[in-house]
Amino acid sequence: MNKQIIKLFAFIVVLFGVLIGFTSYWSVFDAKALKEKNANKRPLLEQQQIRRGRILAADGTVIAKSIAKGKGSNLRYVRRYPEGPLYGHPIGYSFVQYGDSEFEQFHNDELIGENSEFESILDEITGKKQEGNDIVTNIDAEAQRVALSDLEAAGFGAVVAIEPSTGAVKVMASNAPYNPNSVPENYGKLVKQNLATPLLNRATQGLYPPGSTFKVVTAAAGLESGAITPESTIDSPGSIIDEGHELANDFNEDFGPIQLDFALTNSVNTYFAQLGQKVGQDEMFETMEKFGFNATPPIDLPDDEVYNSGVYEDGHTIGRNSPVDLGRLAIGQERLLETPLQNAMVAAAIANGGKLMKPQIWNRVIDPDGRVVKSLDPDTYSEPITAKTAEELTTAMEGVVSEGTGTNAAISGVQVAGKTGTAETPGNKACGGGVEENQAWFIGFAPADDPKIAIAATVECTEQFGNDVAAPIFRDVAETILAGEE
Amino acid sequence: MSSARNRELLALVPVALLLTAGFAGVFAQESSQLGNASLIYGAYFFAVCLATHIYLRIRLPNADPYLFPLVALLTAIGLVMVYRIDEGLARDQANWFVLGLVLFALAIQFLRDYEVLERYRYLIAVGGLLLLLAPRLPGIGQQVNGAYLGVKIGPIAFQPAEFSKLAIVIFLASYLRENREVLVVGARRILGVTLPPLKHFGPMLVVWGASMFMLVFIRDLGSSLMFFAAFLALLYVATGRFSFVVIGMALFVVGAWFFAETVPHVHDRIEIWLHPYNDPQDTGYQILNSIFAQADGGLFGKGFAQALITVPGTNQALLPAAQTDTIYSLIVNELGLFGACGLVLVYLLVTARGFKIALLASDGFSKLLATGLTAVFAIQAFVIIGGVTRVIPLTGVTLPFVSYGGSSIVANFVLVALLLLVSDRARREATEPAGREAVAMGAI
Repeated sequence: MNKQIIKLFAFIVVLFGVLIGFTSYWSVFDAKALKEKNANKRPLLEQQQIRRGRILAADGTVIAKSIAKGKGSNLRYVRRYPEGPLYGHPIGYSFVQYGDSEFEQFHNDELIGENSEFESILDEITGKKQEGNDIVTNIDAEAQRVALSDLEAAGFGAVVAIEPSTGAVKVMASNAPYNPNSVPENYGKLVKQNLATPLLNRATQGLYPPGSTFKVVTAAAGLESGAITPESTIDSPGSIIDEGHELANDFNEDFGPIQLDFALTNSVNTYFAQLGQKVGQDEMFETMEKFGFNATPPIDLPDDEVYNSGVYEDGHTIGRNSPVDLGRLAIGQERLLETPLQNAMVAAAIANGGKLMKPQIWNRVIDPDGRVVKSLDPDTYSEPITAKTAEELTTAMEGVVSEGTGTNAAISGVQVAGKTGTAETPGNKACGGGVEENQAWFIGFAPADDPKIAIAATVECTEQFGNDVAAPIFRDVAETILAGEE
Repeated sequence: MSSARNRELLALVPVALLLTAGFAGVFAQESSQLGNASLIYGAYFFAVCLATHIYLRIRLPNADPYLFPLVALLTAIGLVMVYRIDEGLARDQANWFVLGLVLFALAIQFLRDYEVLERYRYLIAVGGLLLLLAPRLPGIGQQVNGAYLGVKIGPIAFQPAEFSKLAIVIFLASYLRENREVLVVGARRILGVTLPPLKHFGPMLVVWGASMFMLVFIRDLGSSLMFFAAFLALLYVATGRFSFVVIGMALFVVGAWFFAETVPHVHDRIEIWLHPYNDPQDTGYQILNSIFAQADGGLFGKGFAQALITVPGTNQALLPAAQTDTIYSLIVNELGLFGACGLVLVYLLVTARGFKIALLASDGFSKLLATGLTAVFAIQAFVIIGGVTRVIPLTGVTLPFVSYGGSSIVANFVLVALLLLVSDRARREATEPAGREAVAMGAI
């Protein structure tokens, strides 16, 4: 019988080997897939047990923090946003039941202190408890407040302010705002508000016709391609025929042969439409894409919450080989849609001597012991224009504010460069069927000779023009930021 | 002669230290401070083990030196894990540990001449079957999760299957010792398959019937599987005919398939096993969360008292039946794959010692008894670990010595007592060749 006993033992060794095999499969080889299963609530529940790091404004204002509830194995942390709606965008929210959004989602790993595989094994062995890192953002608390309150007075819209030399995002405000603290109680309601869409970050998800602000891009393409110089002129009649349809100036005003500054200062449609045609589609798209169009802007927000800008067809931006009405594109019409973030990037690139820095909301990550683990290293996204072109555009944009269509953006004692835009959006459903159907814009930077801040401000569904409603927001925000710099 | 016992004593020291360290680990996690409580628990545990050791030194000086330290190690792991789940449960478990050792001592005291069991084998078999039936009896039977596993008489509740497994192994060992030759000699080859003679086939059908009966009336797939597998293991060892095992397995599969189609409870268990994601919040919840807990453990585990058992802030179970069915998953979660490998290795070592005892035993009954007891122990561990790792359908069998549960601990200590009784005699005979004849004569 001994032979059989040994064989039986061998069989049991095999059985136990199968157990180890299955255990290895679940615990190691398939673990990652299992953690991602919808039915698996454990990762979420465990994340809730980690003290998520705080999110701070540049001046130390606490934007988000975690409050401990319960004790021992019942311990869990709940997110609190002390400033309420002020930072709902772009910070977003993070709750176990409703998931996370915007900055909270993008920086999740840092906020919960997720280290590299090796470090976490080391921590496990040494018994170190996982703790979240704090993140200090570039957001200027005062300017953010000014931007949101101005927007709330003006209408739905957004403001983005970027430091041109670093890409640091100092303001990102979106009206209608929402209070992230109320997400757990009011999620259903927030989702249902179709007109206000408070959960939509208009700064990155608002796709608006840019109107005349886009003429800056056309001008850049013209100068870069050599189609024009600041001195060359284009005859700009009251109207031209573009693609078989009339394209006219305001009041059909005939300007005759004019130079770039004059054309930009007075926002002459016929000048820019002809310039666009002169530049050609390839060069236009080349310049647009270098400014960031047709791609997801390189900001630290989740990709699905940052929309591409460009000429839209069937919900997607089209490339340089698709047919486009170049004359109307050149003046910001056609099917061109642009986010406030993209427009701020255009202003920032010009302000920074032609070099576009990647816009970033975060500034530094601080570990639980107070050490700075990582800090923002400004990174160039592209160089859409030369320093010379940037200078020439700046001069032209200074004229817009000093004597042209954007005088309301002027700040006393500071030279401001900018461009207004007022796109007519008849029948815009987002306006709720009202008569106020303009998309008002202002983009610009200040001081013009040494830019500290580049801003895009836009208000949707307004009766007013860019200079009336968007330029003052630019002014208030720029003034606040410049005052803070001193 | 006493060197075996010295080795046992030496092996018990690290076990006690491990228990102390385990409690210290749990304390450190739960209160962030180390009292001397873990030392006190460690000392109690060591004292109890020491008392048992001294008893073994007197009564069974030649018995296998590693078996008791190994099961003490399993008990220690169980106590720490159960303590980590609930302090009150751990107190029960500690009491049962002591009660188990008392029965262990009593078994050794009164079954020194364990051949006596052979004489009462039919009585024991009937007793075992009656125990199995008890949970279906009105008044005392209890239904748990659709299976009839428990019996409650007054204040005492227990799971009779744990005890009936001993009875059935004793019966089978005795029956097969007597009939093994007839089963082999009378076998005929039909269609290339060796079949046992019809006359002797009867008892095999009885065991098969009992297993099927368990499936249908007690609805206990786990125990049914465990009993039948132990039976096949014994049949194989007794006859050396692998074909019998194949026939037996075929019978079981056919029966199980038939009942899986007709008995909803069995059918559900198998459905859940095959398609747990069909209803992850209800029927699939336990097995899925058992696997999720293991995924959470990884290579090294989260550490003592670090895993989630309930949804924080609520009483909703995240790992249902963590102290019984899914304790292995909790171990993987907290001690990782490495800890789990260690635990499985301990079960394998117990099994190895058990089979070693069977190898050393000189008479047929001792051999078969040791084989059967060891096999049923190993298969029980396989059935529950296999259940929570989705190797086989999950059933409510306890993890021997580790799961919370008095019946399991007490019954398994009696099982170990029987193994040590067989071992003591086998090793005494091996060292005292003169005594062998006398005992062999006595056996006849």
